[in-house]
Amino acid sequence: MTQTTPDPVRRQRAQVKVRTLRTDRWWLAPLLTFLGLSSFLVYGVWAILDTSYFVDPYIAPFSSPCLATSCPEGARFLGWAPFGDWYTLPPGLLILGLPGGFRLTCYYYRKSYYRSFWLSPAACAVQEPHGKYTGETRFPLIVQNVHRYFFYFAILIGGVLTYDAILALIHKPIGLGTWILVLNAVLILGYTFGCHSCRHITAGRLNHFSRHPVRYRAWTFVSKLNARHQQLAWASMFSVMGADLYVRLVAKGIIAFPFA
Amino acid sequence: MEIERHEYDVIVIGAGGAGLRAAIEARQQGKRTAIVCKSLFGKAHTVMAEGGAAAAMGNVNSDDNWMVHFRDTMRGGKFLNNWRMAELHAKEAPDRVWELEAWGALFDRTKDGKISQRNFGGHEYPRLAHVGDRTGLELIRTLQQRVVALQQEDYETHGDYEAYIKVFQECTITRLLKDGDRISGGFGYWRESGNFVLFDAPAVVLATGGIGKSYVVTSNSWEYTGDGHALALLAGANLINMEFIQFHPTGMVWPPSVRGILVTESVRGDGGVLRNSEGERFMFNYVPDVFKDKYATSEEEGDRWYTDQANNRRPPELLPRDEVARAINAEVKAGRGSPQGGVYLDVSTRLPAEEIKRRLPSMHHQFKELADVDITAEPMQVGPTCHYIMGGIEVDADSGAASVPGLFAAGEVSGGMHGSNRLGGNSLSDLLVFGRRAGAGAAAYLDGLPARPKVDQVQVDAARAEAEAPLQRAGENPYEVHQELQRTMNELVGIIRKAEEVSEALEVVEKLKERVQLVGAAGTRIYNPGWHLALDLRNMVLVSECVARAALLRQESRGGHTRDDFPGMRPEWRQKLLACSTEDGTSITIEEKAQPAMRDDLISLFDRDELSKYLTDEEMAEFDRIAKS
Amino acid sequence: MSYKAKFKVWRGEGGEGKLEDFTIEVNEGEVVLDIIHRLQATQAPDLAVRWNCKAGKCGSCSMEINGKPRLGCMTRMSTFSEDETITVTPMRTFPVIKDLVTDVSYNYEKAREVPSFTPPEGVRPGEYRMQQVDVQRGQEFRKCIECFMCNNVCHVIRDHEENKPAFSGPRFFIRIAELDMHPYDVAPDRKETAQGEHGLGYCNITKCCTEVCPEHIKITDNAIIPMKERVVDTKYDPLVWLGNKIFKRSK
Repeated sequence: MTQTTPDPVRRQRAQVKVRTLRTDRWWLAPLLTFLGLSSFLVYGVWAILDTSYFVDPYIAPFSSPCLATSCPEGARFLGWAPFGDWYTLPPGLLILGLPGGFRLTCYYYRKSYYRSFWLSPAACAVQEPHGKYTGETRFPLIVQNVHRYFFYFAILIGGVLTYDAILALIHKPIGLGTWILVLNAVLILGYTFGCHSCRHITAGRLNHFSRHPVRYRAWTFVSKLNARHQQLAWASMFSVMGADLYVRLVAKGIIAFPFA
Repeated sequence: MEIERHEYDVIVIGAGGAGLRAAIEARQQGKRTAIVCKSLFGKAHTVMAEGGAAAAMGNVNSDDNWMVHFRDTMRGGKFLNNWRMAELHAKEAPDRVWELEAWGALFDRTKDGKISQRNFGGHEYPRLAHVGDRTGLELIRTLQQRVVALQQEDYETHGDYEAYIKVFQECTITRLLKDGDRISGGFGYWRESGNFVLFDAPAVVLATGGIGKSYVVTSNSWEYTGDGHALALLAGANLINMEFIQFHPTGMVWPPSVRGILVTESVRGDGGVLRNSEGERFMFNYVPDVFKDKYATSEEEGDRWYTDQANNRRPPELLPRDEVARAINAEVKAGRGSPQGGVYLDVSTRLPAEEIKRRLPSMHHQFKELADVDITAEPMQVGPTCHYIMGGIEVDADSGAASVPGLFAAGEVSGGMHGSNRLGGNSLSDLLVFGRRAGAGAAAYLDGLPARPKVDQVQVDAARAEAEAPLQRAGENPYEVHQELQRTMNELVGIIRKAEEVSEALEVVEKLKERVQLVGAAGTRIYNPGWHLALDLRNMVLVSECVARAALLRQESRGGHTRDDFPGMRPEWRQKLLACSTEDGTSITIEEKAQPAMRDDLISLFDRDELSKYLTDEEMAEFDRIAKS
Repeated sequence: MSYKAKFKVWRGEGGEGKLEDFTIEVNEGEVVLDIIHRLQATQAPDLAVRWNCKAGKCGSCSMEINGKPRLGCMTRMSTFSEDETITVTPMRTFPVIKDLVTDVSYNYEKAREVPSFTPPEGVRPGEYRMQQVDVQRGQEFRKCIECFMCNNVCHVIRDHEENKPAFSGPRFFIRIAELDMHPYDVAPDRKETAQGEHGLGYCNITKCCTEVCPEHIKITDNAIIPMKERVVDTKYDPLVWLGNKIFKRSK
C-alpha cells in the first residue's frame, strides 16, 4: 500500500434516520411566516378587487397610483388619467406587478417563502422534503436576479405613496388617516432603500470606498437600514395592509369618528 | 501489513506558522516538500496568537528600527538570547510581514494606508502588525493560502496539485530515522486510520511548537505535547534553555473549563489595568530596578502615556510578561486575589463599550461566549497560565540546523532566540523569520548532500513496535498518567520553584516513566484518542524531565525561571546554557555550555549602565575595551 | 453545583453506528466539549472527537448538539436544563470517520479551486497602501475559523449529496467575496467563476450559514448577496440578458 486507499465505508455519512434532531420549536418561525405571508396574499386579492379605495384626501395604497378615468377625480395621480376611459378594471391591477415583483424577488422574502412555503429548508438542519434541488441556477428561479430592476420601480412606488401622504398632509384638518399614510410611506421607503440591490448600487460594487467618500457614506447609511431589512419588510408589509384597510373602512363609512 | 511509504526532499513536521513558512521556502527553492501535522490543516496553535507580529517597520513611530527591536528583545530575554538570532529576527521581521501582505493578508491600517502597529509589553515603540486581536489566525490563513497558491501553480505546470508540496494532515510522527549520523526520514501514524506511514526524506524541519500540555493551567492546545523537542532529543540533538517557561500573566481563571485560556496582552496595551481585590493598581509596586526609569511611577503618568507616548513613561501593566506574572502570583498569595484565585483586569471603566468591541472583538466574544462576562461592563478575572517555552532545540541561527545533520528546527520548538523570556509579538515574527531560514537551510543542506541517506528497516520495525505497544496491552488509563504529570509540573515546577519541590517532581517523573511503559489503550486503531495520548506521553515525560533538571541546576532567577531559594539574577549564570541530551532515550543528562559573547557592534548598541546590571565584571571590562576602540 | 446529565452520543465508524446513552457528571461553568472529554477520560477512552484550542478560535470541534451545528467548546451546559437529554452527533454533511469525527476533505478540495490572491504586477511587498475602510469588508470574512459548519448546515449539499461537485458552499463564497473586494486583487472572472464553477446560484439565501457562524460573520448579507449582485452587474443586465437568451442561446 503506497497510497491512502480510502476505505469505501468512509464515504458514508453518519446514519441518522430522523429528519432532524432539533428539540426546539423550529417549526414555529416558518409557520408564522406562512400565516403572515398568506394573510397578505389573501388580503391583497380582496383589496385589489374592492372598489372603495378613495375618500378625500386618502387613497388606499393598494390602488395607488390611480391612472384611469374610472378613478374618482381626486384620486387620480397628479390629476392625470393616462389610461383614459377604456380601462375599467380595478386600478390596483395596473401597478400590482411592481411592488409585488419587488417583494417577490427581495432577498429577504425569498428566504422567508423558500423556508415557509417550499420548506427548502423549513429551518436550519431540518431535512427538506425534496428529492432534487437546483436552487436559483436555472429557469424559473434564475429570474430572481432581476430584483435590481424591480428596485428601480419600487423607488417610483415609494415616491407615489410619499406623494399620497403629502397630499393628505396638505389637506386640513389632518386626520388619523394622514398619520397612517405618513407612517406607511416612511416604512415603505425604509424597506425600499434598505434593499440589498440598493446597497450594491450605492457603493457595494466598489473595491475602494476611500476613493468615493460620498458613495461610501450612502452605503454606510443603506447598510444600517439593510441590517433591519427583515424587520422593515414585515413592518412595511403590515403598514401597507393596515393603511389600505383603514382607508377602505373610512371610505365605506365603517370608520366614521371625527378626524378619521 | 505493509507500511505506506512516501519519498520527499524535506518533511516539515508541524503546520503552524513556522512549519508552513519553512515548507513554503523549501518548495520555492524547488524541493519536494511534505507538511505533516497532527491536526487539520489550518488549525495549528498559531491561530491562538492574538496581539500581533513584532517588526520594526516604523509605520507608526519612524524612530523605530531593527536596532531598537534588537535591544528590546535582548533586554526582554535578560541577555540570555542567542544574539545572532535576535539580530536576524529584528532585521528580517519587516520583510517577512510585508511578504504576507503580498500573499493576501489584510492587516489593520494606519491613516496613510500602511500596516498599523500597536504597543505591546517590552517594546519601546508601537511595533506589532496586527488584525484586531486575531493576528495569529490571519497569519496561519495567509500561509495556508500561500501553500494552496503554490499547489495551484504546480497544478498548472504538472497537472497535479500535490506534485511539490503536500499536506499530510492528522498524521503524527513518532520517530525520526537516521542513516549513521544523518537524518533519513520519519515514522508515524495516521490518526484517522491508525495505519503507519514512513517518510523517506533526507531533511526534516521540526516546527511542532511547545510543551504546555505538561501543565494543568495552560493556554496551549492538546497538540503541545513536546513532540519536536522529544523527537530531536531521541535523534541525538540538544535542547537548551528548557528551564525557561513563560507563564502568561493573564489567562482566564473562570469558569474552570476555560482556565488558562489566554486574555491577550492587547487588553493592557489598549488601556486595561490590573487591580487586586482592594481595588489597588498593584503593578506600581512591582517595577524591578532594571526597569525603574522606563515605567511610570504614578497612575496619572501611566494614563497619559496612552495618548502621549513621547512625554510619558508607560504604565507598569506593560512590563515584560514574567514580571507581571510574578506580580499577580504574589498578590494572590498575599490574599488580595479575586474569589476564583486571580486578579482583576479591567478595561470596562477605561474605554467606551463601542471602542472595546472594536479594538478587542475576539476578547469580547471569548468572555461573552465562554464565561458569560461582558468585558465592556465588568472586569475580567485573570491569572498566570503556562504559555510558551523559551527553550528548545539548539540550532544554528542562520540556517536553523540542529547538531544532527539533516535536522532543522524553527519556531517555539527551537531554543535561543528569546533567551530567558520572550516579548509578546516576537513569536509570530520569530515563526516567519526562522521558518523561512529553516526551509532555506534544509534546501541548502540538500544541495550539498553527497548521497541520499537510506532508511534503516531495523529502526522502522522498532518504531512500529513502540507505536503498537499500547494497543496490545491492557494497562493503566493514559489519561490518569497525563493528569498526574500535569499536576506535578504545575505544582512543583511552576512559576516559582524551589530545589526541594523540583527534586520531588523529578522523583515523580521517574515513576511516571515506568507507568508510561505500561499504559494501555482500549479500542481500535481508528481515531483512538486514548492510544494517541499514550504515545504522546513518552514525549511529555521526556521534556518534563528536561525542564525539571535544568530548573534544578540553574541557581538564579531570570525571566521565565524563578527560584524562590535563589532570587535575583547572577551575571555568571548569564554566560551559561544548560543543554539537555539523552543517551538511552529515557534519561536526561545536562551539560553546561558557554553562551557565545555578543559581536562588538551589537554590544555597543547598549548603554554601559544597562549592561552593568547583567554582565560580570570581566565582561564589563571587555565592554569598556570595545567602547574605547 | 454539579449534577448528572443524560447524553446521547453518536458512536460508530464509517457511517454505521448509533446513538449511545451516557450518564455523566457536569460541573458549573462547563461546556459540551468538557463533557465529551470527561466521557473519554472516564467511560469511553476511544471516543473520537476533534478539538484544539477550546476557545472558539480554531474551529475544530464542530458537531451537532441537539440537532444544531455548534462548536462543542462554545456551547455552555448552562444553556440546557438539567433533566434534558443532550444529543451529540457528528456533522451530517460530511462522511463520518469515527464517532464525532468527520472527513472534511470536501472543504479542502473546494479551497484549492478558488484562484488565489492575484496582486498586480510591479507592486513590491512593503508598497501596499490600503485604507482601513477598504480592507474592513475582507477582514470580516477573514475572521473565518474554518469550522465548516456553514457548509455543513447548507441544505444545498446537506440534503443533496449530488450537488457537492457543483457547489463550493458558503465558506468559499466568503473567500471569493474577500478576494473580489480586495483593493489589489486583479484576478479576472471571479464573478463568472463564482456563478459557474462554484455554484453561487444554488444558494437560495435561506441564511442558515449566517445562523450557525460562530464568528458571527454576516455570510449571506455581506458576502453571498453582494456577490450575487456583482454577478447581476456582469450577467443580468436585462437587455443584454434578453439578447443572449433570444439570439445566441448556446452562448
